[in-house]
Amino acid sequence: MNHSLAVVVIASGVAYGTPLLYAALGELLTERSGVLNLGVEGMMLIGAVMGFWTVQRVHAGSGAILVVAIGVAALAGALTAAIHAFLVITLRASQIVSGLALTIFAGAAGLSSYLGNDFNLGDNPARHQFHAVFPASVQRWPIVGPIVFGQNVLVYVSWACVVAVWLYLTRTRPGLNVRAVGDSPAAADAMGIDVAAYRYAHTLVGGAFAGVAGATFTLAITPQWVDGITGGAGWIAIALVIFAFWRPELCLVGAYFFGALQALSPELQARGIHIGPTELWANSLPYLMTIVVLVLVSASSTRRWLGAPAALGLPYVREER
Amino acid sequence: MRGITKRFPGVVANDGVDFAAATGEVHALLGENGAGKSTLSNILTGLYRPDEGEILVYCRPVEFSAPRDALDAGICMVHQHFRLVERFTVAENVVLGDHRREGRTFRLRYRTIERRVAELGERYGLAVDPRARVWQLSVGEQQRVEILKALYLDARILILDEPTAVLTPQEAQVLFETLREMAADGRTVIFISHKLHEVKAVADRVTVLRGGHAVATVSAAEATPRSLAVLMVGHGLGEGAPPKARAPGEVVLGLEDVSAAGDRGGAAVRGVSLAVRAGEIVALAGVAGNGQRELAETVAGMRAPTGGVVRVAGKTPRPGDPRAAIRAGVAYVPEDRLGTGLAPSVSIASNLALKSYREAPASSGPLLRLRRIRERAVELIQRYRIAAPGPAAPVRLLSGGNLQKVVLAREFSGQPKVLVAASPTRGLDVGAIESVHSYLHEAAAAGVGVLLISEDLDEILTLADRIAVMYEGEVVGETARADASVEEIGLLMAGGNDPRRD
Repeated sequence: MNHSLAVVVIASGVAYGTPLLYAALGELLTERSGVLNLGVEGMMLIGAVMGFWTVQRVHAGSGAILVVAIGVAALAGALTAAIHAFLVITLRASQIVSGLALTIFAGAAGLSSYLGNDFNLGDNPARHQFHAVFPASVQRWPIVGPIVFGQNVLVYVSWACVVAVWLYLTRTRPGLNVRAVGDSPAAADAMGIDVAAYRYAHTLVGGAFAGVAGATFTLAITPQWVDGITGGAGWIAIALVIFAFWRPELCLVGAYFFGALQALSPELQARGIHIGPTELWANSLPYLMTIVVLVLVSASSTRRWLGAPAALGLPYVREER
Repeated sequence: MRGITKRFPGVVANDGVDFAAATGEVHALLGENGAGKSTLSNILTGLYRPDEGEILVYCRPVEFSAPRDALDAGICMVHQHFRLVERFTVAENVVLGDHRREGRTFRLRYRTIERRVAELGERYGLAVDPRARVWQLSVGEQQRVEILKALYLDARILILDEPTAVLTPQEAQVLFETLREMAADGRTVIFISHKLHEVKAVADRVTVLRGGHAVATVSAAEATPRSLAVLMVGHGLGEGAPPKARAPGEVVLGLEDVSAAGDRGGAAVRGVSLAVRAGEIVALAGVAGNGQRELAETVAGMRAPTGGVVRVAGKTPRPGDPRAAIRAGVAYVPEDRLGTGLAPSVSIASNLALKSYREAPASSGPLLRLRRIRERAVELIQRYRIAAPGPAAPVRLLSGGNLQKVVLAREFSGQPKVLVAASPTRGLDVGAIESVHSYLHEAAAAGVGVLLISEDLDEILTLADRIAVMYEGEVVGETARADASVEEIGLLMAGGNDPRRD
């Protein structure tokens, strides 16, 4: 039963969906504060390369080193996001242009490839990686074994993050404030909330999440360094936030859906099942849907209906009359 | 506040203003648009920093570098454009930015907050459901949320910026009672307005601002609307001098059975026939939303009619083509000044040239002659007395009255044959209204046919030679001003003559 197509696809969908989930949660926090960061792909790749570098170069126990690697990846992602934050919040540059530039600068064939080559990371597999947490006997349980208990610790932490982000946005004062900043910065400002500080903080945290998402690739899914290893996952994450109506719990569902789509194609091939040009549709579907979503969202009428933060993408200037 | 001065690029918005309000009083701040009321209140709430002068709250000097400092000092403001987060509930809006009470804690306990909001609402007659989302509320209710916000934060000083602009007269009465109650509680209410009778009705004392100076502080009981008006404008108001008899010329604007569709489909204008002669002002009265805007846009070529013909000075410009309408001699003062009438971020000079840049002297061949455009702008700014930092300033920096002057200056300078003015005085103060009226008179005297669209019967009766009333897309009545009575027009506007009602 545990080798049936559905169980295998769902189980690997959860694994493949985890970086999407981290990146989408980060982008969600950033966008809730009114900042659109299209640099997710670039921040993920920086996180991926720096996380991988840490496990290859730092010598310590396996558990400790992985924790440090995730920390380094988060920090690297946040530092990359800081460039975007400075450009769009302090200098009020166009968020779209800055985000795209960030991906070009940091992404494949950019800074992340330079770092990967410079550190000679491409030659060896990871010295340490995240493994499944639960003993093999538990993993053999029907259905829930592979899907729920067959995962690495990053998956379980991501679940905790979903709950934490949800509680943060709906039940806490800073969460209320950030929603106000994203929806109506003028109202927030009049109530004494520091709009720029909230936007900086959430852009940086979003970058940290993206960094962790990147490290999930190099430390868990395919434990090695390949240039452009994220393969466009950052773009899917951006679309995912919209799909999820800016709600963390729906991000989880969407991430696993896209993850399962990615898992489907190789699994079908492995079983010798051919449905038309499988590679074509299974591999391009996420990107096609991303384009459709971005087109939908660019119409302002649908934005309101979807629940997009009203001030998303707009710089805030106080003395404007 | 002592000696407050605030300068914006090219404009001194407040010039050494002294202002004092006492505990337990409703103090009105009266002045025309652009007199410096908003700037003064923005300084008091920490949104702007004064260039000079000091602020004392309960005799203690304070310095506000951010809105939070003012909130901490107990000063709260209800802005003309509400500072509410539309997607939030009432309770969420109220607790936003509170860092003393229930909102102090990291975790928000919505049940406690909702209970407190309901209590406050009951005590001050500000009933709103704390769980309702703000976008679902009426404008009057949204204003109550703003006041609740201030009460929740326990504001000692409450500033309201033209609070009645969005209210019906009945709602305004309720608001006045709430304000008096708050003053009776020992709070200070600062009431900003340019409406004389309101100030008389609600305030204990009145400070009048003019041109950035505080000209006087008087007791409301002793002041008369007339004396206040003189203080505000700086001279006596013209008593709406009866317009000179004009001899109307030939028909310059002829509408024959014109129909047009509304924005959401459906007929907005149904078979309107109307003639405007050179040198006369024809008013189109009616409650907003009865097809006046669509009719005006049809004349201006911005909307293609679904039936009928629009003739301008005997010619028939191509329907639905604004440039054809302009060339035929139509000038259009749209209702939405800053959106349709002007390009907000573009300079005053460029805005003034928007309709003439294709011809000499504004251009030669494909090139614009920028110096000419600039000189022309300087000339028009002077002639129309536009208070502006200079021709290069973006128009969005101007106040409402000055924006309208820019539009009028541009439209008149094109030597039009027909002028369509849609609600040209809406939202303007007394002084600006007066100048708009005099420009319309001038235009008619110069032989332009003016079609004035307005909801304001006083305005219509002072300006128009003839009055047509529009109701549900049709012209339901037309009279000469001499024969018109307010009652009859009011009845027609309300659809009182509608045979379908009988």
